[in-house]
Amino acid sequence: MSGTLAAGAHGFLSPTGIEIAFLLVGLVTLGAAVLTVTTRQLVHAALWLVVALGGLAVEYLLLTAEFIAWVQVLIYVGSVVVLLLFGLMLTKAPIGRSPDADSGNRPVALAVAGAAAIALVWVVLDAFRSTWIGVHGQVQGSTKVTGEVLFRHWVLPFEALSVLLLAALVGAIVLSRKRRADERADEEER
Amino acid sequence: MSSSDTLDVVLRLLALFAVFLVFPLLVGQAEHKVMAHMQGRLGPMYAGGFHGWAQLVADGVKFAQKEDIVPADADRRIFQLAPAVALLPYLLVLVAIPIGPGRAVGWYIDAGVFFVLAVMGVGVLGSLMGGWASANKFSLLGALRTAAQLMAYELPMLLAAASVAMAAGTVSLPGILGAFHWWWVPWQAVGGLVFFTAGLAELQRPPFDMPVADSEIIFGAYTEYTGLRFAMFLLSEYAGIVVLCALTSALFLGGWHGPFGADGLGWVWMLLKTAVLAFVVIWLRVTYPRLREDQLQKLAWTVLIPLALAQIALTGVVKVAIS
Repeated sequence: MSGTLAAGAHGFLSPTGIEIAFLLVGLVTLGAAVLTVTTRQLVHAALWLVVALGGLAVEYLLLTAEFIAWVQVLIYVGSVVVLLLFGLMLTKAPIGRSPDADSGNRPVALAVAGAAAIALVWVVLDAFRSTWIGVHGQVQGSTKVTGEVLFRHWVLPFEALSVLLLAALVGAIVLSRKRRADERADEEER
Repeated sequence: MSSSDTLDVVLRLLALFAVFLVFPLLVGQAEHKVMAHMQGRLGPMYAGGFHGWAQLVADGVKFAQKEDIVPADADRRIFQLAPAVALLPYLLVLVAIPIGPGRAVGWYIDAGVFFVLAVMGVGVLGSLMGGWASANKFSLLGALRTAAQLMAYELPMLLAAASVAMAAGTVSLPGILGAFHWWWVPWQAVGGLVFFTAGLAELQRPPFDMPVADSEIIFGAYTEYTGLRFAMFLLSEYAGIVVLCALTSALFLGGWHGPFGADGLGWVWMLLKTAVLAFVVIWLRVTYPRLREDQLQKLAWTVLIPLALAQIALTGVVKVAIS
């Protein structure tokens, strides 16, 4: 348990420096996330999501979890957002505002988001209390450490997740095939 | 951090920046000349006097002089931001590629393979942004094709890279090169082929240039761009070639390892392998016709991904057998 003030005199990116950076990046991430859900321009929402997800990756980096950070960029920024943009472009997302793109669920969404945020903050606060985890010194989130923890202690959940994903994949293929078979049947009836 | 460390970092960044500015131009000039000679002509001969060596500098001056036009209906800010988003990732990737043994790398990254692939994927966002924000249907089609292509080719690329990481037992690029033996080249050959092909597709180089197919959709996502912003898109393509070739040689061809001159001359081998691969990239452009969109998707999902998975299986079997 090292103190923060004692280590503060070490100059550039001392522990307090990292903390300040962490806080600032967190604020940027939060701001980008809020803009994602409040902007009236569909594609801008997807691009603000890039900023929010990238900010999260930077937070992981500041916590020395390098592997998680790059995987975050690879999966979310590189694939999920590209897929999202692909979908938006297929539906001809207009340039400029789209005032009709509102499902009217704003109060419900706000309530759910608020409840989720309170629950998460409460759980994290309750779990760690005043524990001080030093991120300088030995790296705690390297690929080696992550791999060992994942495949020694968490291997069963990991495998269960992969089976779940496989089931989702098979389900998606079945759904897309089914629709095509229906269309063919329709054409034959005509 | 002492002042000598700071100086070290500054020098490394300056060297990287110089590489970033010079190497893509070299590839571009080589492309002019190699294509010309393969097609039985001379290529640029005037600018600079000797065999038109200054042609790309002249092109740069031309681009800088052009008016920077944003279409009236375009989404201005995103349109203007897109070229930077396309170009910067390649500059970042160069930081992680080792060109020699020991400390001859811009910045040692623990999960280097993932860093490199992740950041290269971000560059495609630039094309998507440009294509959408141009308010032009050809640009939009180009962006759509770009996205579809990225989705199809990122997976085989990642799988092929994972095979090498398995073989070396590490995901850091200097670590992989440290564990390299010459017999890895035949062992990982299929993976290397898959990685290089998928990389070409991610860069939208011929024969995978559907997203910019000039005879169908003008110039894809870059149709509305002029001047410096267009030059940045072009530069990102050539920087991408440098990055892809350097990565392929580092992961699959042993990087700075060579038959002789191990001490001190490692970087020559690295540059040589990169240059040969860049030549292959240009060669493919001259010799292969463009693939159709469905052929493109089919190649990725039915050929490259199974091959990459087979390579991973082979790597696993050999790895268990020799350990």
